[in-house]
Order: sequence, then C-alpha cells, then structure tokens
Amino acid sequence: MMTQMTYLFGAVAALAVLILAHIDPALAQETAGAATPPAPPPSPINTGDTAWMLTSTALVLMMTIPGLALFYGGMVRKKNVLATVGQAFGATCIITVLWMVIGYSIAFTTNDSASLQKWIGGFKYFMLKPMTIDAVNPLAGSIPESVYMTFQMTFAIITPALIAGSLADRMKFSSFLVFMGTWLVLVYSPIAHWVWGGGWLGQLGALDYAGGTVVHLNAGTAGLVCALVLGARHGLGKENMAPYNLVYSVIGASLLWVGWFGFNAGSAVTANVNAGMAMAATQIATAAAALAWMVCEWCIAKKPSILGLVSGAVAGLVAITPASGFVNPTGALIIGIAAGVACYFAAVHAKKALGYDDALDAFGVHAVGGALGAMMTGMFASNTINSAGKGWLTDGNAHQMLIQFYDVAGTFIYCAVMTFIILKVIDIIMGLRVSPSVEVEGLDINLHGEVVQ
Amino acid sequence: MNLVMAIIKPFKLDEVRQALTELGLQGMTVTEVKGYGRQKGHTEIYRGAEYAVNFLPKIKIEVVVPAKMVDKAVDAIVVAAKTGQIDDDKIFVVPVEQTVRIRTGETDESAL
Repeated sequence: MMTQMTYLFGAVAALAVLILAHIDPALAQETAGAATPPAPPPSPINTGDTAWMLTSTALVLMMTIPGLALFYGGMVRKKNVLATVGQAFGATCIITVLWMVIGYSIAFTTNDSASLQKWIGGFKYFMLKPMTIDAVNPLAGSIPESVYMTFQMTFAIITPALIAGSLADRMKFSSFLVFMGTWLVLVYSPIAHWVWGGGWLGQLGALDYAGGTVVHLNAGTAGLVCALVLGARHGLGKENMAPYNLVYSVIGASLLWVGWFGFNAGSAVTANVNAGMAMAATQIATAAAALAWMVCEWCIAKKPSILGLVSGAVAGLVAITPASGFVNPTGALIIGIAAGVACYFAAVHAKKALGYDDALDAFGVHAVGGALGAMMTGMFASNTINSAGKGWLTDGNAHQMLIQFYDVAGTFIYCAVMTFIILKVIDIIMGLRVSPSVEVEGLDINLHGEVVQ
Repeated sequence: MNLVMAIIKPFKLDEVRQALTELGLQGMTVTEVKGYGRQKGHTEIYRGAEYAVNFLPKIKIEVVVPAKMVDKAVDAIVVAAKTGQIDDDKIFVVPVEQTVRIRTGETDESAL
C-alpha cells in the first residue's frame, strides 16, 4: 500500500514537472539542471509596461474616434455634421494603412547613414517586414514592437485629423483623404523622427514629452495654412453659423480629456513614476486652463459659455502635452493657466482681428497651445522630476529655452512650407474645395448622399 | 364657429391647455413655430462669433370653438398665457365655414 502511494506520488510529481516545464522554460532549466541545452537570454519584455501600453494605445485611438470626431462634429452646422465626423473616421483608416506601409519606418527606425538619420528614419520597415513576434524597438525596450508601433500609430492618426478643424465645411472628401495620407508621410513622419526617432531635434536635447510640437504645433500650423489656402467659408460674417449640437462637443472634449492620459502618461512608454507624474500634471493643467478660459470669457463677453469651458480644457491638454513627465504639479498649474488665457485670446480675438477662417480653431488652440507648452517646458522642466530635463526657472538652464525655440521654429517652418506645397499640388491635380452650391446646400447630402435629422 | 389661433410662449402651453379644458373645450392642435414681434430676437456667441437670432421659438395653438364660446376661450388664453412682458404674443380669431368629424360624418358644432 505504502509503495503504491509512493509510486503514485512520484508519478504525479513527474507529471507536474513536465507540465511546468512546458509552461515556463526557465523552471524547466532549473529543475532539469545541466542536462538541457543553455536557456535563451531572458526576454526584455515587461508585462506591466506592456499592459499599460496596450491600454494607452486604446485610449489614444479613442481620442480621435469618437472624441475628436464628436468635438468637431458638434461645432459645425447640421448640414455638415456627418461630413465632419466622417473626416476623423476616414483619416483614421487611411493613416493606419500608410503607417503600416511606410510611416512607422520613416519615423521610428534608424537610418543606416548617420547624416541622413538626422532628418529621416530608415526604410527597412517597409510593410513592417522586420517586425517579428518578439521584435523590440530600442526606443521602447520593455514592450513588444507591435505595441509600440500601434501606440505611435494612434499619435500619427490624431495629428492629421486635428487639421480637419481648420478646413471644416468646404473641402472635398477625396482631396481630404489624399491630403491626410500625403501629409502623414511627408510632414508628420519626418518631424516625429526629428524629435523622437533620434533626429536632429532629439540630438539637440529638445524636450517634447508627448507631442507639443510634433503633434499640436504641427497640426495647428498645417491648419492655418489650410485655412489660408482654402479661403473663408461661404457666408462667413453674414450667415448664422451657430453649432449644430454643443452637447456632442462636450462629449467629444470629455473623451479627449480621458484619452489624453494614454497620450501623456502613455508617453512614458513604461508603467513607472514618470507615467504617474505625467498623469497628475495632465489633470491639473487641464482643469486650470478650462477655468482660465472661462474667467476671461466671463469678464469680457459677460457669460461663461460651455463651449468656452471645454475649449479651455483642450487648450490645457495641448499645452501640458510637451511638459507632462518633466514638470511638477506647480509647473503644470502655471502652464494650464497660461494656456487657457493665451488660447482664449488667440481663438476668439486674434482670429477675428487677422481675418483668417480657421473654422474650429485648430491653429488658435493647437498651434498656440503647443508652442506655448513647448516654451514653458523649457522654463519648468525639473531635474528632480525627470533626469532627462533641466529647465530654466527650475534648474537655471537658460540654454534649454533656445533648444525649445529651435524645436518650435523648425517644426513651424517645415510644416508650413510642406503643407502649402502639398495643398497646391493637390489643388492642381484634383481641386481642394467643393463648389459654392455644394457648400451652401451642405456636404452631407452632396458628398455622401446622407443627412442627419 | 370660429378658429381661435394663439401664439404663446412655449412654457405657457400647459396652463393654457388646462384653462381651455376647464371651459369644456375638447381637443386642440399644437405646433412648434418660430417668429418675432416687437421684442426682436436674441444674440448667441460662439468663441467670439456673434449671431443675431431673429426668430424665437413659439407655440401655436389652434382650437375651433362654437360662436358663443369665443369670448370665454379668448379670455381664458389671455389670463393663462400672460406674463406682462413684451413678448406675450397674440391671439387671432377667424370664422370657420364648415367642420366634419371624419369618423362619424357629423358636421359643424356637433362635430366639435
């Protein structure tokens, strides 16, 4: 009896070892000793980091669809609601495919030539061929490259989609899609490489945690060029262009706010202390900016509009984007207040004075907020928060301001020139703007054959 | 028979309906309309863009009453819809030639 029990116990134990060995090769190594061949090097993948980055990726995609789609969709007139929401959705689809084909390769891989690496990434990742199941990008060492590629894809999606705010109500859908794709490859991907992919701005030491210049200044500048090239909407200043449904815009702005935790805290690319501080800074700056915009409007226009409140929140999110992960909570508060005031005057008063028709204020909020945030990152970056950054006011490093200025100026100039060229070429080939009768009757029925009731 | 047509503020609809019901009138037709009188419109502001809105939302009530009830109905609407402000709107009374109840074929006052 006793012997039988011993045999049984032995058999169970052997089976358990076999099963465990199958699940965990490292354990098999330990149990089986020197009899097995040497173990492969330990995987660099950290499951906690990977879990957070999977989550962040989904959050950032949510910022564009439905966040940005609703934010913009609620602000246009009823005849253009579907066309506007459709622009964000269409951009998401075309950019996803182009990012897979070549965008990621240009932005986030290394060019073999050191002199070209300053300007543009390599082309080996065409069609993502080298992205095997266990590939890891050195820029994000603890997560699978598949996750890093998709995370960066969601940034590549929202940046061109933001431009739709400036060209609302008057661009052909076909030209819009061609513009989105071309702009992604020729403008976004190289600039992302300059700052994050090891290019010249990153080598200079420019601080842009989650995309103040790469995403927001870039999109806002392109928006200004679009507004100037396309011209004003038909009937501007004469017709009533009141928003269709601002509740959509409030829902959209709220989704942007929540999604932005993936944007900023996700830009730590790990689940660590920097991600935590970036999240706190994001929340603080956003609320401060919303209040600052509201107070300005309350004093000047006499009523605190809800559109103003949510616009201020977006301005705060934009301005804290480059700084999150570098600044402490006080820095975040100051950046938020400054962004609310600056973007209020840019979107409400400067636009009117200068006369360009940036329909939904992509320039006034994103370019102004992004540039302001980039410069204030140079002021408030704290070495005690992030060893990668030393600011002017916090650490006495005035030189950082100059680097930040190069970052802002380089992005602005390259983006403005390239966007102008791309638009002009598309205009010659296929035209940019719908006919006046289509514009008057509405894009939904004419471009898409559908209406919103 | 007369058609009493009243343009009133939307939030006064329930009080008017109640006042007319108390008179024994059965049924009315209500339409959401827009319009303006002496009060003009109002101004909306979206990120600094100001729009003068000339047509304000109103409710139009239509009720056909027997000739002897017209004055009572008009008085009841005046009392119920009055706020004393500039935009209390108007009541129009017009003659009605014929009324038919579709279900039974009854005509005129017996069809009301």
